[in-house]
Amino acid sequence: MKILVPVKRVIDYNVKPRVKMDGTGVDLTNVKMSMNPFDEIAVEEAIRLKEKGLASEIVLVSVGPQKAQDTLRTGLAMGADRAILIQTDQEVEPLAVAKLLKAVVDEEQPGIVLLGKQAIDDDCNQTGQMLAALTGRPQGTFASKVEIKGDAVEVTREVDGGLETVSLTLPAIVTTDLRLNEPRYASLPNIMKAKTKPLAAKTPADYGVDIAPRLTTLKVEEPAKRQAGVKLGSVDELVAKFKDLGVVA
Amino acid sequence: MSVLVLIEHEGGAIKDASLTTVTAAQKLGEVHALVAGSGAEAKQSADAAAQIAGVAKVLLADDAAYQNMLAENVAPLVVDLAGGYDAILFNATSIGKNVAPRVAALLDVMQVSDVLSIESADTFTRPIYAGNAIATVKSSDAKKVLTVRGTAFPKAAASGGSASVEAVSGAGDAGLSRFVGAETSKSERPELTSAKVVVSGGRALGSSEEFHRLIDPLADKLGAAVGASRAAVDAGYAPNDYQVGQTGKIVAPEVYVAIGISGAIQHLAGMKDSGTIVAINKDEDAPIFQVADLGLVGDLFQIVPELTQKL
Repeated sequence: MKILVPVKRVIDYNVKPRVKMDGTGVDLTNVKMSMNPFDEIAVEEAIRLKEKGLASEIVLVSVGPQKAQDTLRTGLAMGADRAILIQTDQEVEPLAVAKLLKAVVDEEQPGIVLLGKQAIDDDCNQTGQMLAALTGRPQGTFASKVEIKGDAVEVTREVDGGLETVSLTLPAIVTTDLRLNEPRYASLPNIMKAKTKPLAAKTPADYGVDIAPRLTTLKVEEPAKRQAGVKLGSVDELVAKFKDLGVVA
Repeated sequence: MSVLVLIEHEGGAIKDASLTTVTAAQKLGEVHALVAGSGAEAKQSADAAAQIAGVAKVLLADDAAYQNMLAENVAPLVVDLAGGYDAILFNATSIGKNVAPRVAALLDVMQVSDVLSIESADTFTRPIYAGNAIATVKSSDAKKVLTVRGTAFPKAAASGGSASVEAVSGAGDAGLSRFVGAETSKSERPELTSAKVVVSGGRALGSSEEFHRLIDPLADKLGAAVGASRAAVDAGYAPNDYQVGQTGKIVAPEVYVAIGISGAIQHLAGMKDSGTIVAINKDEDAPIFQVADLGLVGDLFQIVPELTQKL
């Protein structure tokens, strides 16, 4: 079984994003970029399935600028087999990404597509579900456990009240949550090896997909700031404040 | 203009998140509520939905296939009904986030996630970059598909309405997925996302035992829900469904008490819209104090038991 893992190049999760002065977006010039953390978890899970002998090949795909090559190489260094870069400098919305991924799914016929549940830049949390809709496949979102059982995959999902388990008929789409696994670091020899792994260069036009955006961003602002309050001197003062707030009698 | 809201319900009662989504929907037009479920419980939920102030009509889809809100089954039902509506709204909850994009893609619509405000029929604000920026976006799609952040809108009154209930049917089981089971955390405490008071613990608590020994009694005294920082969850001190933050739950209680939480951006994204923030931390330079209304610097292992005892 082949596993397809879409990955996105995003601002590194340790960097505090700064809103541009002109309100057109977040400033990404000279900012460290990395693989979206949830996608890293997806790559790791695919590798673990392959190590268990449950997957035969791991194909990475990214939609983004030329630089997204680096992100793909990171995944190849972790252990994926080959990669596809669908190159565009335009911002591509989840719906258009899902359409491009559907075209890749049609070509590659993976048994499972493993994606991060959301990208930490636009925080949309849509692509996996949209891809599932477009391919008519079942979806196991926010996965904290993935188990292949015959011609089905059992996915334990992080839901608001706790955990929920669903069984999906393969082929299926799975999106990862944080607790699924801890991604490995690529070793130096593997980083070197990744440089020679196949990386195909494509464009959205190759797949005949219209990626024109449906949403226009009118402005981007910093959220309203909270003012720092007062520091209290004792527990008694805090007890009195709780009484003022009416949370205790 | 008419708007369809997918109602979330449990045990015949409407979830609070759906009441806030009804409020958001009212800003767009006449609100119809879709209750999908199975049997007597679904019927009871539909009757409850009919009582919500501002709901003009309830659509009840009663089929065993809708019992567990599997996206593969529920999305086609919503899509079948979508023709009559200009907008379809979901809660930004684990159910809404799961179902809404599947509906949006089937309708060829680019969804707007986590809506914070409705500026006009096609313009919305939403958080990006973990709430470090707020984007105002305008949708050019004829139909809108939105998920609504529960803390951003007030709850519609659960009573006062008198909508009619109409039965609808969909294709039922798509045959793609099956519900196996759920492990829900049972708790006597209020639910985290709708509680008036939340007490959250961080990594400084040091262990699962200390977390429960210190946080639980204080939460009980305050009638509060219990939350945790991602660091505390990652360290195994608290279960994942306690997690408050960008990757966990977004809460905005009247009072939020952060104990031993340093205040990483990730965590602040999940609680900074709270009414009053109280922070207890031994490090007086901790970022949590930059957003806290009331701060107490000191050893939480002394402060928390003393506080619990004095309340």
